[in-house]
Amino acid sequence: MTATAQRLDATVPDAKTATPARRRRAILPTEGHPSVRPPAAAHLSDEQVATMAVELDAIRDGILASRGSHDAAYIRRVIKTQRTLELAGRASLVFASFPPAWIAGVGMLSVAKIIENMEIGHNVLHGQWDWMRDPDIHSTTWEWDFVTPAASWKHTHNDLHHVWTNVVGKDRDVGYNILRISEDQVWRPWNLGNPLYNALLAPIFEWGIAVYDLELDEVAAGNKTKTELRRDLRAMGKKVARQFGKDYLATPLVAALTGSFVPALVGTLTANAIRNVWAHAVIFCGHFPEGADTFTEDMIDGETRGDWYVRQMIGSANISGSKAIHFMTGNLSHQIEHHLFPDLPSNRYAEVAPQVREICSRYGLPYNTGPMWKQVGSTWGKIFRLALPPKGHFAKA
Amino acid sequence: MPEVEIRRPFCCEYRYMARFSPLTRMAQVFTTPHSPEDFLRLVNPLSSSRQLRGIVTEVIPETEDSATIRFHPGRGWHAHEAGQWARIGVEIDGVRQWRSYSLTTAGGEDPAITVTAIGAISEALVRNTKPGDVLFLAPPQGDFVLPEHPRPLLMITAGSGLTPVMSMIRTLVRRRADADVQLLHSSRTLDGSLFRDELQELADLDHGLTVKHWITSEQGRIDLSGTKDLDAAVPDWRERATYVCGPTEMINEAEALWKAAAREHQLVIERFAPVILPGAGGAGGHVTFEKSDKEVDADGDTTLLEAGEDVGVVMPSGCRMGICQSCLVPLVAGQVRDLRTGEVHGEEGQLVQTCVSTAAGPVHLDV
Ligand SMILES: Cc1cc2nc3c(=O)[nH]c(=O)nc-3n(C[C@H](O)[C@H](O)[C@H](O)COP(=O)(O)OP(=O)(O)OC[C@H]3O[C@@H](n4cnc5c(N)ncnc54)[C@H](O)[C@@H]3O)c2cc1C
Ligand code: FES
Repeated sequence: MTATAQRLDATVPDAKTATPARRRRAILPTEGHPSVRPPAAAHLSDEQVATMAVELDAIRDGILASRGSHDAAYIRRVIKTQRTLELAGRASLVFASFPPAWIAGVGMLSVAKIIENMEIGHNVLHGQWDWMRDPDIHSTTWEWDFVTPAASWKHTHNDLHHVWTNVVGKDRDVGYNILRISEDQVWRPWNLGNPLYNALLAPIFEWGIAVYDLELDEVAAGNKTKTELRRDLRAMGKKVARQFGKDYLATPLVAALTGSFVPALVGTLTANAIRNVWAHAVIFCGHFPEGADTFTEDMIDGETRGDWYVRQMIGSANISGSKAIHFMTGNLSHQIEHHLFPDLPSNRYAEVAPQVREICSRYGLPYNTGPMWKQVGSTWGKIFRLALPPKGHFAKA
Repeated sequence: MPEVEIRRPFCCEYRYMARFSPLTRMAQVFTTPHSPEDFLRLVNPLSSSRQLRGIVTEVIPETEDSATIRFHPGRGWHAHEAGQWARIGVEIDGVRQWRSYSLTTAGGEDPAITVTAIGAISEALVRNTKPGDVLFLAPPQGDFVLPEHPRPLLMITAGSGLTPVMSMIRTLVRRRADADVQLLHSSRTLDGSLFRDELQELADLDHGLTVKHWITSEQGRIDLSGTKDLDAAVPDWRERATYVCGPTEMINEAEALWKAAAREHQLVIERFAPVILPGAGGAGGHVTFEKSDKEVDADGDTTLLEAGEDVGVVMPSGCRMGICQSCLVPLVAGQVRDLRTGEVHGEEGQLVQTCVSTAAGPVHLDV
């Protein structure tokens, strides 16, 4: 077997590859430099960036070479635990009018939903487990317990966000079209509501993502056709109906047998809200804490593979903490490592992290990490700060 | 290209899966977006809506480098006809690997395969399989089966090529009073010969089975380029419906010989490995798997099937040697080379037999 895996993460669309097939990504050059290197990496020479890329590639290759039955057993164990918790949670909610059962049910179901979305869903949809060739744990077949259909999310997340990470005007994840999260976004009066929008978004985060994945802005701009939008809406409608049927109808109806319809309904609503608040917090910690850079388009013009790595590292932020924190964040606590190597199995990021951190310190690059409370606080701080216009905004105007 | 319905990845699995019962469909309301089977698997390892599975019940060593693996298949399996084979998947280092194996038990009985270790996958099956292990399966298929009406038979086999014929012998002998089977089996040594004791016992019953061992370490290979060896071993070979399973040269020679004797309608063959034109591979190319969003550089020795599997695409497949058509994938763009003929072809939408094709320049596949 002599086929060599191509890196899927190094990506720049190339309009000139004129195959009738769908858009393809060219491999980034290994030499040269972007028009402007981001300030945090301005001190690095082209050679240094290239050498660093080789070191990072070696880390990735090391993990690929040692991927095996241990990792397979890990993801199967997680899936088994998640499904057991989910069943137990729903079973408890059947007796939800008994307060301890309500608490246990909501607790188990919330945790189950968080694990399903983060450590399992997000990572499976990234193709982190595709190498096992198990059709039951594969990016092309997985559907998750989240209102947005997996296919739409894979497009906006894997194809767009991971490619254009934090490039203002290119990465739609910068502020998700509703928040001002970077100084590089022009201030508008409606940004005054920044903290309010964010607070409202948290408990309904899955809806925020679902609407976001419809790319209404792209439809308005004429980049996405109405037909495509209708197709996506239909897919979402079906998904929503099934999700609602499960959480807000089927589960409470069974609970009605014990006279617990309403408490069970409140229970599933609460579990979804808890999952949403948690997912929102974790995901916002990934790129929005103070110190995580955003980029301008001239910084990616001529970007090399090494510069792509640099952008992923200085544009992302980690969460430090216990094994439990890493697990419950779906290892997005290792956001930096995840952005460098999006398709490595999540259970291996912890072992990669110290090596990446060492590389950052050797090359004088920031490695943004901190405990959850600090990263969440920092994100909120930024959201408040950027609600206000930059100094001199009105003077200029 | 034969007319074959275009399949999406995995639907070759779905096809076989038991239809959802109304009860399962109702349970789906609680388990969406997953299937009830995904949850049932917590207690029943065979439960799956995507992939037929079986559980190993017994592993019996046969020779030094072969073993028989009995298994109990889950729902979706159907009983095999004597001589048929099934696609068997195992997990090695966390990666699912697929190969084909003949079912060696009598037709209709609980299935078993007999594997001879000659490469990584067969080695793992022979050495590491334990009762309780899960095997991934596709239901039995194949046309190497007994004739509809009873008639005198001749079986010519070599090495592990005995396996499908063993199923036929077990089906006929002792059960059919009119059985008339001549087996000419070639192996390197008598000790290393599969099913030797059982064949001896069956032959001793005097129920219509005659066994002739051909030991290549003493006699050299059976020479089927002429009729001499055959005339000596089975004088009435021309009157018998003949089944041949063994190495490529043996089968090729048999085909030529039966043709020369104007008996080709009496010959049924089974190959375990594809007939490849040496040097037909070409230079390879960059392969893009559109739906799976994967790409890879594949050389001229790497089939599109292997290239896809190597980057984690769940490729449809069956025999892996160009006979069953289970591996067909629509071509989106580019050209492919047929390893059997060296021919380069490619039209948009054409179905490519990925197990015997390599890339001839950039190729885009709809999988
Ligand atoms: C329809 C069908 C039925 C089969 N039934 C059996 C069976 O009952 N028992 C069994 O042990 N194998 C059987 N095989 C072969 C089996 O599918 C695998 O090819 C074999 O086990 C080798 O796989 P591997 O990965 O271990 O070795 P690989 O590394 O894949 O193969 C090693 C090489 O050996 C060649 N090869 C494959 N089979 C043979 C053979 N029988 N003799 C000599 N060379 C061979 C392959 O083409 C390859 O070049 C069957 C194959 C087919 C297509
Ligand atoms: S897998 Fe059987 S023809 Fe390709």
